[in-house]
Amino acid sequence: MYDVIVIGAGPAGVNAAIEADNLGYSVLIIDEQGSAGGQVWRNKSSSIIDAPKTETSIKGNALRDALMSSNVSVKYEARVWHIEKCDTIWNIHIENDVLTSKNLIIATGAYERIIPIPGWTLPGVIGLAGATALFKEHMMVPGHKTVVAGSGPLLFYVANEIERLGGTVEAIVSLNSRFDWLKSLLIMITQPILLWQGFKWVTAFYKKTIWQSAPIKFEGADHIELVKIKKVDDDWKPIGKEQILEADSVCYGQGLIPAIEASRLAGAEHHYDETLGGWVPTIDDMGRTSIEGLFVCGDNAGILGALAAPIRGKNAAQAINKNGVVYDIGKFERFGKAMTALSIPRAGLLNLIDTDTDVCRCEGVTRKEIEHEIITGAQSPNAIKSGTRCGMGPCGGRFCADAQAMINEHVTGKTREDIGLPTARPPLRPMPMDQITEELNYDDLPIPGVSPL
Amino acid sequence: MIRRAAEITFQFDGDEFTAFDGETISAALLRSGQKNIRSAPTGAPRGMFCGMGVCQECVVEVDGKKTEACRKKVKAGLIVRKATYV
Repeated sequence: MYDVIVIGAGPAGVNAAIEADNLGYSVLIIDEQGSAGGQVWRNKSSSIIDAPKTETSIKGNALRDALMSSNVSVKYEARVWHIEKCDTIWNIHIENDVLTSKNLIIATGAYERIIPIPGWTLPGVIGLAGATALFKEHMMVPGHKTVVAGSGPLLFYVANEIERLGGTVEAIVSLNSRFDWLKSLLIMITQPILLWQGFKWVTAFYKKTIWQSAPIKFEGADHIELVKIKKVDDDWKPIGKEQILEADSVCYGQGLIPAIEASRLAGAEHHYDETLGGWVPTIDDMGRTSIEGLFVCGDNAGILGALAAPIRGKNAAQAINKNGVVYDIGKFERFGKAMTALSIPRAGLLNLIDTDTDVCRCEGVTRKEIEHEIITGAQSPNAIKSGTRCGMGPCGGRFCADAQAMINEHVTGKTREDIGLPTARPPLRPMPMDQITEELNYDDLPIPGVSPL
Repeated sequence: MIRRAAEITFQFDGDEFTAFDGETISAALLRSGQKNIRSAPTGAPRGMFCGMGVCQECVVEVDGKKTEACRKKVKAGLIVRKATYV
């Protein structure tokens, strides 16, 4: 039994764990990766023996060193698939084991919002954050000729990394206009180093950037070959003539979504806030949720990015005490929100989702099928899910829920808050049955008797 | 200068591929240009998508078990098969 279990070893989770350790608690941190760092400070693969230092490796190594020299227990390559609270004790289920604690800090980070368009399932089309995992872990590029498309600051980071690692960026296709960026520059002034870095990236790719535009179709037989794009209006609705780009790889995404599955399964109250990336746990300024002994920190508590994450982590550990110290995240919060604002979905995006496009990649459910289900009476995500299987596949609805809700909003006129979310259920990740149960022999299963009818 | 581990070989869907020892299956296949690594239930080709163990698009079979290619490390002689159904 631990005083504190932390789920997720990114900058928020690790700082929460170390702070809790400093406060004298016994702490265990769990992560599904092989080492700490999260997505933002992801560690290099063991296949890389030596490489030039980067901000990712320096900050990631500092985080890992700090964790190593603390008393925090660690469990890597472990996946939490279920969370239960029994009286005052948390039961945290991982593969073939149940861990217990008095307090639970959830720091599961974020995943990507990726708007479904025709061809988005083609091999070679990957998420922007997925591309950063390739850079950080493997120091490799996604292809020889890459189109980088979507919104927010990640576009420029990804393009810069591709060329640093020897790839070629065919074009950056940015939903945001130059004016969107100018507006956020005012807030970036509070972070002069990042402002300068951002300025260098944008100027380096200025000629390759196609502003206020979006891919409308990805084409290819076995993998991506062509990207068709159009200009968009201020509402992000595609307009005007089609332009065709050649590419053997595409990095594509429209910002980040808080990974709230764990805090929902733990029973915390959530609400919708587009300025924080979507649905977030309802918390106080230290990360206390509506459930006693449950705390959240980092991007899963609202997308504020890597600068705010360490402070949010420390606050979550302090929150265990009623009189804990609150560290100020003021300017990091403003900066994080300005970056998140660049990816708040606008109504016109829906026009990119063609009626025959698979919105649910796992189960192959099209926009047309979802709309039909809603029009014929299914208005909640649960009803749509049971009627069409949209959101029932192995990804757990993570890559279709946002688009499905956008479609529902459009058809019914309801708000996202009114539409709600599907019921939170285990497993949090797909699990082989033999990792959940004892070894199973089918012959041992009791066979029920014949029904009297 | 990036220094990488020794090259090894492994099998995917009956064909031989090279990899740097310790990298993930998805990274090794992508480097060799093998982007299509799975067929969706609809029959459509699929490859690595989220790159962080969430989307399950890159699931393959190793030793009869389904596993995400983006989380499973390659080792010499590993036999990787296309997943039959995910």
